[in-house]
Amino acid sequence: MARLNPDNLAHAEELIALYPQRRSALIPILHLLQEQDGYLSEDGMAHVAELVGLEPVEVRGTASFYDMFHFEPVGRYLVAVCTNIACMLQGAYRLLEHAEETLGVAPGGTTADGMFTLEDAECLALCGNAPCVTVNWRFFGDLSLQDFDKLVEDLRSGRLDGEVPAHGTLSRVRRRQGLKAVSAGASPSDEAALPHDSQLGPDAPEASGKGPDLPIPGTQLDLSTYRSTTATAVVDAAHMESSK
Amino acid sequence: MTFAEATRIVTARLHNERSWTISSYLAAGGYQGLRRALTMTPKEIHDQVNTANILGRGGAGFEAGRKWGMLRQAHPVYLTINGDESEPATFKDHALIEGDPHQLIEGAVIAAYVIGAAQVFIFVRGEFPLAIERLQAALNEAYDYGAVGANIFSSRFSVDVVVHPGAGAYICGEETALLESLEGKRGYPRIKPPFFPAVMGLYGAPTIVNNVETVSNLPWVVLNGGESFAALGEGRSKGTKLLALAGHVKRPGNYELEWAKVTFRDLIFDRSLGGGIRDDNELKAIIPGGVSSPWIGPEHLDVSLSNEAIAGIGSMAGSGSVIPMDHTTCMVRAAWRIVRFFHRESCGQCTPCREGGGWLEKILERIEMGQGRESDLDLLMDVCDNISPGVSWPPAQTTICVLGPSMPPSIASGMSRFRDEYLAHIREGRCPFPPDRLPRRLARV
Repeated sequence: MARLNPDNLAHAEELIALYPQRRSALIPILHLLQEQDGYLSEDGMAHVAELVGLEPVEVRGTASFYDMFHFEPVGRYLVAVCTNIACMLQGAYRLLEHAEETLGVAPGGTTADGMFTLEDAECLALCGNAPCVTVNWRFFGDLSLQDFDKLVEDLRSGRLDGEVPAHGTLSRVRRRQGLKAVSAGASPSDEAALPHDSQLGPDAPEASGKGPDLPIPGTQLDLSTYRSTTATAVVDAAHMESSK
Repeated sequence: MTFAEATRIVTARLHNERSWTISSYLAAGGYQGLRRALTMTPKEIHDQVNTANILGRGGAGFEAGRKWGMLRQAHPVYLTINGDESEPATFKDHALIEGDPHQLIEGAVIAAYVIGAAQVFIFVRGEFPLAIERLQAALNEAYDYGAVGANIFSSRFSVDVVVHPGAGAYICGEETALLESLEGKRGYPRIKPPFFPAVMGLYGAPTIVNNVETVSNLPWVVLNGGESFAALGEGRSKGTKLLALAGHVKRPGNYELEWAKVTFRDLIFDRSLGGGIRDDNELKAIIPGGVSSPWIGPEHLDVSLSNEAIAGIGSMAGSGSVIPMDHTTCMVRAAWRIVRFFHRESCGQCTPCREGGGWLEKILERIEMGQGRESDLDLLMDVCDNISPGVSWPPAQTTICVLGPSMPPSIASGMSRFRDEYLAHIREGRCPFPPDRLPRRLARV
């Protein structure tokens, strides 16, 4: 795998423009690289280093701090089973063991067909729906062992393709406006500390070169996924029942 | 008044149809707080926030208005919103970002107006892609609507807001680590002093870091006034608090309740709230404010869930997550899992945390596996003492940040309550509780 493709390169330049300092765009751009290739390749990281003005080793040294970044290819689906305290109290280790048997790999391993990588994850903040699992960081809560098998089946058959994009895809929604940062070097204005128009980027929808964010082409996704119950697990527990 | 009828501030719109869209938000009165705010001076709003006495909702409980007041006068200054929610069993900000992103944007722009921020960065935990997508979509809508960007609502105030994704590191919830990460570096907490980003923060510029729930309160406070907010709650704990209830209850979830007016008994057993312990089991212990907090017992059920009351029994309200554990729970395993978490998430800068965490995890694992020695109990406390001298509460610190000192409380409070249980593991040579699955086969850190 290689450098950022032209579209992602343009996107990366947009990201760099958002920040007062180029290096701040490093992590968002690494997500972009991981979306492109499924992991962070050496060539890709070298390209990112050029873009943000760092040495490749500095990019790798930073990326390696963060759990979400992978330096080798992983499965199409990264299945992360939370085993932290709230999920553990609801049988997460039984679920993890079941996942290992179902997929035939230990945490950290990838199935032979390249479909699944299993992870033993820390708290994923879906504790009202414990035990929970994320697939490419999309949430599936209140999982029984049977639910897990069904999930794996649905993923294999492609039934969840609209809900769960390939590994590495962080956001399918692209920023459209406010595409320029306020420079840290901007001189203080005479009237209070409020920024002035001239310091702000153009509110130009066409600047991103991308169409509107919704709906996502090729899917019916309108961000109202029924599978991610976080937003409905609030206050009224009855909602949790109806959303399952 | 029942709990179900209580005033809701930050979760009022969460059950509305497509609550994350601007049409839904506007239909429910959205952006009126910002419109009002822009007719006021920053000082007038700051005064209202001081009157409201909004304690920071991220865990430390520092007054938001006081924090703003500490801002060093300079140009530029930045506002950063901490949405890196990773404290185990805390899932309130996650719900607020996914469910009501416009409220967060509105609150952030109000805060930016008060402090004169040049730019706003909303740092969202990388593991929350749906939250990031909905927030970015909401931000695009907010720009189109004129609530963000140049000359907001035809005022002379302009500010840009950027959604910044994290990449998986618990420590980035610590505000100085968050700023390092936002600068594109490893998430290492900064050495203090300077203690406050308000003096030296992002790129060395004065920076305010506020929690998602904290700023989500601002539109309501501006519209209803600081006094209405302060009329709710008690003592220093004003307004409402979003409590994340997880663990062995029948109805886990996020509950927004008037602060300091609810006891642990209410939260856990009330039919409209937790609904009682699962299978009507016996309550054994409660983790009252995130896994850094010392555990409390059934004798504390009538303590109110306020910052002051929980501090009064030697623990803390923290991020507002409450984890009741029933009598089938192994206290060694629970402590082991918490320590394992901190060890995995230690950034590695300070020896007591990096090494001590590994020691504690291994000793607890050995006890849980039935291979412990009686001397292990003293050894555990000795290692705890190296991380946090005196193993007291609030914890002393030998490290740059509080992650290390967050390990001893579960061990010390668990062992003082359940020493017999630790000893039973050692004397019987096995865990006396049903095997869930023992840690033997887990990957090493």
